[in-house]
Amino acid sequence: MIIDHPLLGPRDAAEFVVKGDAALIDRPDGLADGAGAAFHDYLHLRDNPAGVHRELWYHEHGDRSWLVVTRNTVTHEILSVELARDVARAQGRSR
Amino acid sequence: MMTYSAFHILWQGLTGNKGWTPVWREPEPKPAYDIVIVGGGGHGLATAYYLATEFGLTNVAVLEKGWLGSGNVGRNTTIIRSNYLLPGNQPFYELSMTLWEGLEQSFNYNAMVSQRGILNLYHSDAQRDAFARRGNAMRMTGAGGELLDQAALRRMAPYLDFDNARFPIKGALYQPRGGTVRHDAVAWGYARGADRRGVDLLQNCEVTGFDIAGGICTGVQTTRGPIKAKKIAVCAAGSSGRVMSLAGLRLPIESHVLQAFVSEGLKPVIPGVITFGAGHFYISQSDKGGLVFGGDIDGYNSYAQRGGLPVVEDVCEGGMAILPMLGRARLLRMWGGVMDMSMDGSPFIDKTDVDGLYFNGGWCYGGFKATPASGYCTAHLLARDEPHPVAAAYRLDRFRRGAPIDEKGAGAQANLH
Repeated sequence: MIIDHPLLGPRDAAEFVVKGDAALIDRPDGLADGAGAAFHDYLHLRDNPAGVHRELWYHEHGDRSWLVVTRNTVTHEILSVELARDVARAQGRSR
Repeated sequence: MMTYSAFHILWQGLTGNKGWTPVWREPEPKPAYDIVIVGGGGHGLATAYYLATEFGLTNVAVLEKGWLGSGNVGRNTTIIRSNYLLPGNQPFYELSMTLWEGLEQSFNYNAMVSQRGILNLYHSDAQRDAFARRGNAMRMTGAGGELLDQAALRRMAPYLDFDNARFPIKGALYQPRGGTVRHDAVAWGYARGADRRGVDLLQNCEVTGFDIAGGICTGVQTTRGPIKAKKIAVCAAGSSGRVMSLAGLRLPIESHVLQAFVSEGLKPVIPGVITFGAGHFYISQSDKGGLVFGGDIDGYNSYAQRGGLPVVEDVCEGGMAILPMLGRARLLRMWGGVMDMSMDGSPFIDKTDVDGLYFNGGWCYGGFKATPASGYCTAHLLARDEPHPVAAAYRLDRFRRGAPIDEKGAGAQANLH
């Protein structure tokens, strides 16, 4: 697979480490009520779809940026690549 | 139905092979069954077989979306072993090994069960100590096991790269009862055994939905019409996420692709199974002569049943690190299968939160060796509504309880493998 890195252009997928579902960006609030159950679900349960899947890829043998790659798990087609930083900021995760 | 025997083969050979009958029936779906099993692979067919033979339940159907044995039971590297460490795992895999040992006589089918031994190589003093501990755990369950030093290992496998500069081979943990089995024949044998006891095997019958109302599952919708059932067991490892999402359940599972490889046919060179202790590589030689080997998952979620070239390179590097002679063999075929990778690397055999819906899955890449015990324990759970003692740890709520079965410290996450 070729991942079209937003900053570096097309890169071989072998340069990356996969972290899995991009929902891992949505880390629960550890101080909220029911945080234990929320963290159980966050850590262990997955949607695991057959089809379009948003996932975190880390460019370990490159610029060490985290990407959100939208990919089809049935065909391995890559539909879009974004910087995880931009995705997280758009969700209000940091300033 | 015909019982197979050497006499029968001889008789058919002398009479023009005109008396062979189909191995199983092709029944039409009935509107209702006591138990419906979703998934006609090794585990689903074994469950049906043991329901019929051990628990006397024959009003059972197995639903398969493709053809019987079209999934991972025919895609693995055919290895059987019971060399686990943890109390939640080892008795289960030892039950599986004892069932393998009596399997062919039990279901009257030649599955080519061959206990040719498995060698787990160790490469450091620390790894030797860990294998000594594992060997002791194996012996406590009756699985046997022997810690070989380098001299003993050299006598058994002189072709290994003992003096490798990076990963010198110091010895091995040997389980003589490990080995290989003709994997397709396992599916066919269980299918035939279940069919001749009255189980309906329904092929080209894909489940498209579950009938769930008020937290109770009463049947399934399929491409061959609705089927009612008192109990429904999903044994669709690889597609567990896909099937269980139809019931609205999220699982502690990711689906990943695992590749396997076979070389051109060679004269006998490797008598048993050998696994690399410093990388991820395992190899055996089939009776046809092909070297059958594999390694790591590709590492990304996939339902594609095919992988990528980086892992091909990685697996072959692992092979060359212990078996330099492998470089002279040519790769003949490679293929991929979809694995249920659970979060702790251990499987599930459990009821779900939906009444009447049972789940068997999360086998990571260890499902084949588990097939008999998995079928036996799933049948036990379905028939008696309580887990079999050796499968009692395989619960879906174990992460919530803080009781994962952390055999290798690796689950779905590829960088932990």
